[in-house]
Amino acid sequence: MVNKNFKNITKGVLSLEEIKKFPGYPSEERFKKGAVAVIECIEEIPCNPCETICSRKAIIVGNPITNLPRFIDEDLCTGCGNCVIKCPGLAIFVINKKFSKKEASIALPYEFLPLPEKGTKIIGLNRKGEEVCQGSVYKVLSNKAVNHTNVVTIVVPKQFADKVRFFKVLN
Amino acid sequence: MEGERKVKTEFAVIGGGPAGLTAAIEAAKLGVEVTLIDENFKPGGQLFKQIHRFFGSKDNFAGERGFEIGNMLLGDAEKYGVKVLLKNVAWGLFEKLKVGISDGNKINILEPERVLISTGAIENSIAFPGWTLPNIMGAGAAQTMINVNRVLPGKKVITVGSGNVGLIVSYQLVQAGAEVLAVIEALPKVGGYQVHASKITRMGIPILTSHTIKRANGNKEVENVTIVQLDQKFNEIIGSEFDLDCDLVCIAVGLRPLAELCWMSGMRFDFISELGGFVPVHDENMQSSIKGVYLAGDLTGVEEASTAMEEGKLAGLAVAESLVKINKNKFNKEVSEVRERLRSLRLGPYGEFREKAKERLIKSYYDGGRY
Repeated sequence: MVNKNFKNITKGVLSLEEIKKFPGYPSEERFKKGAVAVIECIEEIPCNPCETICSRKAIIVGNPITNLPRFIDEDLCTGCGNCVIKCPGLAIFVINKKFSKKEASIALPYEFLPLPEKGTKIIGLNRKGEEVCQGSVYKVLSNKAVNHTNVVTIVVPKQFADKVRFFKVLN
Repeated sequence: MEGERKVKTEFAVIGGGPAGLTAAIEAAKLGVEVTLIDENFKPGGQLFKQIHRFFGSKDNFAGERGFEIGNMLLGDAEKYGVKVLLKNVAWGLFEKLKVGISDGNKINILEPERVLISTGAIENSIAFPGWTLPNIMGAGAAQTMINVNRVLPGKKVITVGSGNVGLIVSYQLVQAGAEVLAVIEALPKVGGYQVHASKITRMGIPILTSHTIKRANGNKEVENVTIVQLDQKFNEIIGSEFDLDCDLVCIAVGLRPLAELCWMSGMRFDFISELGGFVPVHDENMQSSIKGVYLAGDLTGVEEASTAMEEGKLAGLAVAESLVKINKNKFNKEVSEVRERLRSLRLGPYGEFREKAKERLIKSYYDGGRY
């Protein structure tokens, strides 16, 4: 079955409204509870490493393998971020809208060198690569286990948590 | 021919990419004596330039990077005693399954009982004024340069074609230190996976759908390209032209089966555009219209490394079975598992049409092939 939402993609960029319709996007209620995986995987491609890696069985793909990844129980997800590393599409982020009163954290896969350092000032980029806000690097995870898919956690003003998906270093 | 040497082997595999390696390993595991011929310095086909993680399930190494899968396969090939002849070109397939090979100095004739052709695919190109200028190359060539040879061919890149190859190579060029100015796509929508497109759009790389390259300009090498917008009938929209300065143009407009050896040997073909054009027909166990010659991988329809490995496994099993190295029950069980995995890899909006096209290819085998 061809996904009906597929036809909405014209320039490779989905709007937030469209992406929120997919089953890997957590609910606002879940976001209120803290860090959670945000899965921006919207096409029925045969792929399930996110399900395989999830020790909490929070992410389900099931059979057939082309099912979109979804949460059965969003509360099972602890926001551990293992799926961020393993997703071949680099389509999973861990977002914590409760990071602080005014800020949210976004953990994203980052496969570029040099790696930024903690505290580095950044500009948050949206799904189209447009600059939307400023922020800073909170954490950089880079070790043998991530196997070159490093995880950089950035902190941005809360209202941009659903928008920012990449960053560039502020010069 | 003077000085030629005849070499007997049970199973000759021509082409050591994911399909050929998997077939060789599978057959060798079952006790078949295998000789694998590859024209390169190292087997692995395109796997060693694939630095990204693969899609799929655990069964097809999902989440692993292509070169890691390549290393795994090379390890297995060695473990099971596959004999590998590198820097050897297979230049002909003759009666009684004789395979002519050459290392550039001398010619040898392999005399196998079974043959697998797994020569893969070759990149398509498009012609436009200036397309012969240096630094206009296939995206696969650029990918080999950056990921295998560690050479950055250009710093300001235009990619033509938004299929997965165009999207992935654009991303990897940025990893290698280049700036990708735009990905140009003649169709009104992105060709490849949305997740691959998202990886580059969120870095600010535009994907210009309904656009094409009109000409490349430059003296000694490409310095600039003219891009033009297309209407729904793919006609250029007059006045929409604009120029972009660049020093590298990557062409990623699809692949087609590399089937010269099959044509030369008189094999039956069909034309199935979904599989890349002219494709040699085969039965459900990958045997071609020439008895004893099997096919696997992109040669039998351009797909993914994951499907190529499964087809290779199927061919390896079929060869072993035909040489009575595996009992019928075990064969049937393993084959049905492979088929099940192949079916699951050919599901969804990017897979279903390939599943149907492969069914047509097998049907065409029984109808004698159209060409």
